[in-house]
Amino acid sequence: MKGTSFYSRKLHSLLGIIPLGLFILEHMLTNYSAFEGGKEGFNSSVKFLNDLPLVTFLEIFGIFLPLLYHGVYGLYIAYQARNNVSNYSYGRNIMFMLQRVTGVITFIFVVWHLYTTRFQVTLGNLTHEELGQHMNDILSQPVYFIIYVIGVVAAVFHFSNGLWSFLVSWGITVGPRAQRVSSYICMGVFVLVSLLFILSLVAFTGSEFEAAGLVNLATGMING
Amino acid sequence: MAETTVSSKTVKFIVTRQDKPDAKSYTEEFEVPYRPGMNVISALMEIQRNPKNANGQSTSPVCWESNCLEEVCGACSMVINGKPRQACSALVDKLEQPVRIAPMSTFPVVRDLVIDRSRMFNALKKVKAWIPIDGTYDLGPGPRMAESKRQWAYELSKCMTCGVCLEACPNVNEKTSFIGPAPISQVRLFNAHPTGEMNKDERLDALMEEGGIEGCGNSQNCVRSCPKGIPLTTSIAEMNKATTKHMFKKWLGV
Repeated sequence: MKGTSFYSRKLHSLLGIIPLGLFILEHMLTNYSAFEGGKEGFNSSVKFLNDLPLVTFLEIFGIFLPLLYHGVYGLYIAYQARNNVSNYSYGRNIMFMLQRVTGVITFIFVVWHLYTTRFQVTLGNLTHEELGQHMNDILSQPVYFIIYVIGVVAAVFHFSNGLWSFLVSWGITVGPRAQRVSSYICMGVFVLVSLLFILSLVAFTGSEFEAAGLVNLATGMING
Repeated sequence: MAETTVSSKTVKFIVTRQDKPDAKSYTEEFEVPYRPGMNVISALMEIQRNPKNANGQSTSPVCWESNCLEEVCGACSMVINGKPRQACSALVDKLEQPVRIAPMSTFPVVRDLVIDRSRMFNALKKVKAWIPIDGTYDLGPGPRMAESKRQWAYELSKCMTCGVCLEACPNVNEKTSFIGPAPISQVRLFNAHPTGEMNKDERLDALMEEGGIEGCGNSQNCVRSCPKGIPLTTSIAEMNKATTKHMFKKWLGV
């Protein structure tokens, strides 16, 4: 097939919304159940996800591989840009730069986040039922809490602004008015989803998620 | 007394110069006598007449390109006070002083402010930005174009291949092969033409090749910079739509 970069860029754009954009919304809702329903609510959400049919298949083809492709190709796109915000300090140009900056932050954050959570479950150091408590251990430390807030806000910004560019790149929002209105909607999505994510981060610091005298593998892992 | 003060008023220019294509660039300052209504070209002409830098030393005159002097040919594009634009329409009265002038370094610099915009003309060839009507016999009159369409198509036809949009674009650089906004907008222009439309698939195919439309990262600097006010981002989005449709049509139609 000729012109591979057209198709690889198109695929990158698509994967950012389907499935990754949908996944980030799903992740937000699952986390939010910790805010709304406490430990019980969160655990039942986690159980619901793990009870999905073909869950491993969904994780590999719906999350992991798209994430790997979008992340690695995205780093290449970020590397290709010659940012010129100092000379052209226009709103959209700043967003162009932020899209790349938040992309790199999100990439680093997601690798670390996956390693400390999902990968530890794979290794058998952690069970799904211990996840809430594990998050409590991490987020009770102010430094990690701040890192999580930065990582989550960067990821949500990248998704929301990426949604705006997706609409342009696929020729859905064509004219200036459509692009302006969609930018308001996407920034609305950014504020709302960020807020819900931060609320769930706060919820995880609550006492109900604290370890009840259990041997805490997680803290040991984080500190050591 | 007042008259002498006026006549001795000068304008300072800081010019980024380069002696050869592969030489290192350097800046040189010039003090040019002020004349009411002067533009950057007339200041460069003054430097040419009296090639002395601000220290009074003789120097080689600054090289630049210009033709029409009315912002329609695009030849005198350069970076003036940080922004790419045409030197002929850059009135000194409206510029912050000292005036900083540099070549549009996205393009290969030939000498001083002279740049080589060949890549833009190559891109126009690549996307077939013309309407093939040559033949061995008279083809007769072509189909007519609706007036409502002609009006916006005319705006796109104002493109003078000046290179300002490429200079402003963060994705046009030595790390990419992106052809830039101007030729993408030309595809929209020629695909809108009732006769040009007959070859639209060829132009869309060209946009889907390496360095084509996927190079756009939506920074939208182009539309903010275009001296002719061409709706470049609308053209790009319209071509995004056309290439997306074309892609599915090719997949599902074969």
